[in-house]
Amino acid sequence: MTTTTQFDTLPERAEIQCGLVAVAMSGGVDSSTVPALLQEQGRPVVGLTMQLWNQRRLPELQGDGPAQHRCCSLDDVYDAKAVAQHLKFPHYVVNFETQFEERVVRPFVDQYLSGRTPIACTNCNTDVKFEPLLRMARQIGAERLATGHYARIRKNDVTGRWELLRARDENKDQSYFLWGLSQEQLSRSEFPLGELTKEEVRAVARRAQLPVAEKPESMELCFVPNGNYVQFIQAYSRETGISLPGGQGEIVTETGDVIGRHNGVHEFTIGQRKGLGFAVGKPLYVISIDQKQNRVVVGDDDALRITTFEIEDVNWVSCGTPDAPLQALAKIRHKHEPAAATIEPLGMNRARITFDAPQRAITPGQAAVFYDSDRVLGGGWIL
Amino acid sequence: MNRVYLDYNATTPVEPEVLDAMLPYFSGEFGNAASIHTPGQRARAAVETARKQVAALIGARAQEIVFTSGGTESDNHAIFGVVGQAYLPVSSSNADSLPHIITTAIEHEAVLNACQALEKSGVRVTFLATNREGQIDLDELRQAVRPQTVLITVMHANNELGTVQPLEEIGRIAKERDIYFHTDAVQSAGKVPIDVNKHGVDLLSLSAHKFYGPKGIGALYIRSGTRLRQLLYGGHHQRGFRPGTENVAGIIGLGKAAEIARKSLAADARRASTLRDRLEQGLLARVPQARVNGGAASRTPNTTNLVFPGIEGEALLIALDLKGLACSTGAACSSGAVEPSHVLTAIGLPPEEARASLRFSLGRHSTEQEIDFALQVVPSAVEQLRELSPTYPKVAEAR
Repeated sequence: MTTTTQFDTLPERAEIQCGLVAVAMSGGVDSSTVPALLQEQGRPVVGLTMQLWNQRRLPELQGDGPAQHRCCSLDDVYDAKAVAQHLKFPHYVVNFETQFEERVVRPFVDQYLSGRTPIACTNCNTDVKFEPLLRMARQIGAERLATGHYARIRKNDVTGRWELLRARDENKDQSYFLWGLSQEQLSRSEFPLGELTKEEVRAVARRAQLPVAEKPESMELCFVPNGNYVQFIQAYSRETGISLPGGQGEIVTETGDVIGRHNGVHEFTIGQRKGLGFAVGKPLYVISIDQKQNRVVVGDDDALRITTFEIEDVNWVSCGTPDAPLQALAKIRHKHEPAAATIEPLGMNRARITFDAPQRAITPGQAAVFYDSDRVLGGGWIL
Repeated sequence: MNRVYLDYNATTPVEPEVLDAMLPYFSGEFGNAASIHTPGQRARAAVETARKQVAALIGARAQEIVFTSGGTESDNHAIFGVVGQAYLPVSSSNADSLPHIITTAIEHEAVLNACQALEKSGVRVTFLATNREGQIDLDELRQAVRPQTVLITVMHANNELGTVQPLEEIGRIAKERDIYFHTDAVQSAGKVPIDVNKHGVDLLSLSAHKFYGPKGIGALYIRSGTRLRQLLYGGHHQRGFRPGTENVAGIIGLGKAAEIARKSLAADARRASTLRDRLEQGLLARVPQARVNGGAASRTPNTTNLVFPGIEGEALLIALDLKGLACSTGAACSSGAVEPSHVLTAIGLPPEEARASLRFSLGRHSTEQEIDFALQVVPSAVEQLRELSPTYPKVAEAR
């Protein structure tokens, strides 16, 4: 009787507790800790590691010897397998190379070439992990997909909607990369690390004696060796026959004075100071990129500060599209301190964001994500 | 969990009788077959018995059998060996002096990648296409022959489809033109009758673990008089063809497995084909739109490869494994992820159908109950996948 009552008050939990859970495992300590936590709750798990990129491609980017300690490297796959063997649950490597290239790598390159600064991780989450991988998880009989993201999901009993929340550990919070998820995707996802700090996660990993418990963290973009994305774009374009636009172009001031030359707009990002290749009296920054004219526009720090901008492909992740403008804290890049702003929904999944105070280096291609305290209201791509 | 194994083309369990024959040669009879003393001579005698047993399986003479580490080494030895012997760098700038190999697009990687490696060093290679049933066209083969052709290497049975090539006709063409003929018989040895003389084969690769012997041991048949450069350099073992201390226990296992296979080949084949047909017919009847790949060709009796349009074979493989049924898709890459099958692509399947295909391969220990289990779990798993498939509605509509 008691059991029934408990389950009645916690229907979601009850549902969560029975079925098989698939865990997306990269071979790193975070996602390796997830199955350990789920097993502690007595839940059956199956591990899936995505093969996303063929590291034999673009050999000119490889140093000597085999690729190591990089996402999608064989070492990471073996680490994920070792964790599964240690914790004794089934584990499979699944091939998502085609989807990853179509939905992440190619758009990443195209965006840079059009003068924008993309975020590959958001595309990977929205269009690979929580799309074909989640589907495969369900196809093999799992009800849900758990990942090592630092964020939280909860069901709002009043609105009936699934909500995305910041992680408890503010330093590790990855909610900025998850604003694109749909209600369906959220309802079938779990982020068991959302309530833990990185130290607590390491402690769980050590307690479970995971072979990756002391593995260092990787912060690189998984398919870009050495973090050198310019080299990657050049090599990838060569391999796939994408023509790099116009070659050399002009670096101009806001008033149109030509003060230098560049080797391609993809080598620049808004707010960049380094690599402008010339010296003048005061520090200059990239303030905009004009791909059509193959121009990089520079100006002083003041010119970088903007109050109003628009975003597209807006997803109101935790609430429906509001009828009227609303006040929220908006974040314009992963390491940006959220600032007070008004979000005004426009038609066609667009919105206008107006900060109370100007913000530095609002960069096309990055995401603007808006929060109501811990709750992610939504986000969109900066135009 | 009750596990049903329908992946005998990947590997087979060592027969208890084979294991019993091998066990004394690890510790008790541990002699080196190359040694002059009595323990060495005893090992030598056992190795020579095994050589006769392997020779008998394929209608060869014992002295024509060289033991190797398995199918991959045998294939490499045959291909690099023939080309290495034939390669005469009279005038490297003259393209006419470069040797030429004929092979097929559906070979195992051991042959394909060996040929591609040679191609990089200047050797010319023709990769023959196959029809939808995975069989080459003999006229195309005849037309591909050039004065510089030194080797025809065509597999006997394909590992993914089970389809069997007409070795006798190929052997005749090779003989007429005085070209060496190698066949990778890794998937056919022990499953279908092989007679190297009837087939006109000069070189043949086989591997013990595909017919209930141990892993890590195989053989290369080398017809007497075949000019072959050695692959490895070392001592004088195996008449210089293959140096290295002989893997005595493995060789005994291979010999015993060959002997058992020869005796039970006909009975094994009858049993396997009855069960295979039951599985194949059952799946065709229970899974809408399922088709057999290569089904109209002559096939090994134990193999069936089916396409289930609208699904990902990789997901089906995992779903079935989680239910206790082991089968296979095409090739796996080094990470263990499934790679698109070059075989299915070569027989003309569009990529989405190649990815929607699964191979079931039966063996000596397969039972009716196991087939019934497969007939129960596969259709429901396919249905579950199709319900969640973004492509299946389109596939269903198109029919």
